[in-house]
Amino acid sequence: MHVHFLDPYRPGHSSIHQLDARVKFILTLAFILTTALTPIGAWPIYILLLAWAIIVEILSELGVGFVLRRAVLALPFVLAALPVIFTVPGAALLSLSIGPWALTITLPGAERFISIALKSWISVQMAIVLAATTSFPDLLTAMRAIKVPRLLVAVFGLMWRYLFVLVDEALRLMRARLSRSGESDREDLKSGGALIWRAKVAGGMAGSLFLRALERSDRIYMTMLARGYDGEVRAAPLPPLSRRDWLTLWLCLGLLFAILVGAALF
Amino acid sequence: MHHSIEIEQLYYSYPDGHQALRGVSLHIEPCEKVALVGPNGAGKSTLILHLNGILSGNGRVRVAGLPVVKENLGKIRARVGLVFQNPDDQLFSPTVYDDVAFGPIYQGLPPDEVRQRVEKALAVVNMSDYLQRVSHHLSVGEKKRIAIATVLSMDPEILVLDEPTAGLDPRARRSLIKLLDNLDITMLVSSHDMLMVRELFPRMVVMDNGSIVADGPTQELMANEALLKAHGLEAP
Amino acid sequence: MLLSPFLSPQPMHIPDGFLSPLVSILLWVFSVLAIAYSLKRVNEDLGERQVPLMGVLAAAIFAGQMLNFTVAGGTSGHLMGAAIATILLGPWAAILVMTTVVGVQALIFQDGGLLALGANIFNMGVIGVATSYFVNRTIRRIAGERRWGVFLGGFLAAWVSIVLAALAVALQLSLSRTSPANIAIPAMAGIHALIGFGEGLITIGALALIYAARPDLLLSSKQRAVGGNALWVSGLAIALALAIASPLASSQPDGLEWVAEQQGFLDTARGPFYEIIPDYIFPGISNQAIATILAGVLGTLMVFGVSFAVAYSRRKRRLNEVRQSR
Repeated sequence: MHVHFLDPYRPGHSSIHQLDARVKFILTLAFILTTALTPIGAWPIYILLLAWAIIVEILSELGVGFVLRRAVLALPFVLAALPVIFTVPGAALLSLSIGPWALTITLPGAERFISIALKSWISVQMAIVLAATTSFPDLLTAMRAIKVPRLLVAVFGLMWRYLFVLVDEALRLMRARLSRSGESDREDLKSGGALIWRAKVAGGMAGSLFLRALERSDRIYMTMLARGYDGEVRAAPLPPLSRRDWLTLWLCLGLLFAILVGAALF
Repeated sequence: MHHSIEIEQLYYSYPDGHQALRGVSLHIEPCEKVALVGPNGAGKSTLILHLNGILSGNGRVRVAGLPVVKENLGKIRARVGLVFQNPDDQLFSPTVYDDVAFGPIYQGLPPDEVRQRVEKALAVVNMSDYLQRVSHHLSVGEKKRIAIATVLSMDPEILVLDEPTAGLDPRARRSLIKLLDNLDITMLVSSHDMLMVRELFPRMVVMDNGSIVADGPTQELMANEALLKAHGLEAP
Repeated sequence: MLLSPFLSPQPMHIPDGFLSPLVSILLWVFSVLAIAYSLKRVNEDLGERQVPLMGVLAAAIFAGQMLNFTVAGGTSGHLMGAAIATILLGPWAAILVMTTVVGVQALIFQDGGLLALGANIFNMGVIGVATSYFVNRTIRRIAGERRWGVFLGGFLAAWVSIVLAALAVALQLSLSRTSPANIAIPAMAGIHALIGFGEGLITIGALALIYAARPDLLLSSKQRAVGGNALWVSGLAIALALAIASPLASSQPDGLEWVAEQQGFLDTARGPFYEIIPDYIFPGISNQAIATILAGVLGTLMVFGVSFAVAYSRRKRRLNEVRQSR
């Protein structure tokens, strides 16, 4: 089977891969919620959560390196939290003077910043494991299990079905544009065109992508009708969870609850 | 006088590890018209994408006298007109005029020169009346011609086409062949259309499995049935 | 290089860890309500006939976000898409389409967090669509069937949707005490006033192509009427609320903290657990232990709720099986 280079799903037979998608989905959410509820500066709890994440990564056989590399890519947002190292009042940790300004990094500020970054980093690791060990159809099953409405699940399903087709279309459009983005031999000419023109060209590409998508959806609707679609989205009943899945679910929820209690006592 | 295309020992692997080119060497002289044939997955499209640096593998590639390296990419893209298989990917503006004008505007040409280039390119592909038409509503054959005009307007030295006759009805195919025949420019064309290859291209290059397996006069190679059969081709 | 939009998540997608649990959960509630209402309206209007349309357009918006253009110095602009989705599909379907886009980005590509997904859907889906609808509808009413209305409406809808969604992100970060209001709000507003300009231009470019090829998609009255006045008012209200709250919050030394201070809760807010339930939101609870337990119970209840949902669906399925077997 051809797997698109963007699809993060890595097929495998690890115990994490084999865990039912619904259990994985709920445990991932519960883990991220636990991490969110852990207070600032609760270092032992962070270590516990990180250890949990790394154990899951090892069990998933994805390779800890794979997950950590992907997790770093999701971190630039941390810049948004950077100002707190200066603005939370408290004991000074370090003073910087840049030109006329003097900036003081405070201890509670640094603590808060590092906590936010850590919590974010730990959470994203678990989301990566979920995406890398669960196929999209299984995620759709999990969405149905937590009562996401049928129609919305159907839209998700169709989006996924055509996502890579349209991504490839967008990449081909960009390749065709790049191929004609040339430079004249004449020294007096500056290539690139005006900013507004470039934006409008990108808009034209997007418009052509949307237009083709609209026309494609008409064709899809026709083929759906041809195969007996009557406007009702139907789905097979959800298979039951195995004893092992139930056990894992309750055991992990119990552990997470214990961690929360620990965080509260911390 | 330089070669139009000079490729020495070009190797390329896709990020997923699939080796698409295994030591390709190819020389094309100015104004030569060369057909590139071979089964799907032979590496034809991958090779074509090396000619203007969209992909870059290991080996030496010189186009229009310039080595294909990062500093030259702008100049090379102005000299190599690449026409993709699906014209829809190349037409993304509200009017035919805007699409054909893209290359010249990007190069920074003054407006009156852009207009001249567009008119000339459309005249060459016999589509002068289509200036203000909407590309989206044209037939596949018309779109192909406009797509060719979008690169001719850059005044390229080399024209590279990927499957130009794919999906055309007989009449559109015939008029496209006539158009290519009349163009006096270096041309490398990948195609499965063996009839067109025999009709238009004196020289033929056969690729299979990432390598060039035959390169010679079309008449001679077309007569070699064993060769064609070994590489999934059929004499017309 | 072609993948840069994937490798550098937008400042608009909030990851997990940046929002306080309370802010996350509240925004989940708002988003779920908006989605539920949109589903109801889409069902009434065209029903599941729209499934292929919404699914493919969601994929197209995801892919369209990759189409970038060079701005300067290695930076590039590209589309968020709430405005164009609203214009092409009407607001209700657009909310569902943006929910799907943002949902897949979070679930599959970790662009934005899972607990923060409610906030991201709210910002890009609900705020983006409601304000786009309000602006575009207003301009189109003024312009009638004239051409400039299509383009001006599209441009302004795009710009406003980006700037207001960004302001909402900044406010949510400040409320969660992740970023000080007096820095986050002006910074996000400033950057996104420019990004919004790019969004506006791309939207015009897309509209120009669609207007040339299929003017029926932009001019049919059916497309414009589905939102109704209630949504128009909601869009206006959201726009006003954000426009008023943001400068207020950022004008103080640390706007939202200042609110807390004025009410005399700052001391308790300094406790180690202020992250869990910010005191300016639950001002009655000053005892840290109680606050912590309350937060723990709240979180646990949510987790349990989800697990009960699974158990429930399992039971229901069994019942169905029993019925069928009879």
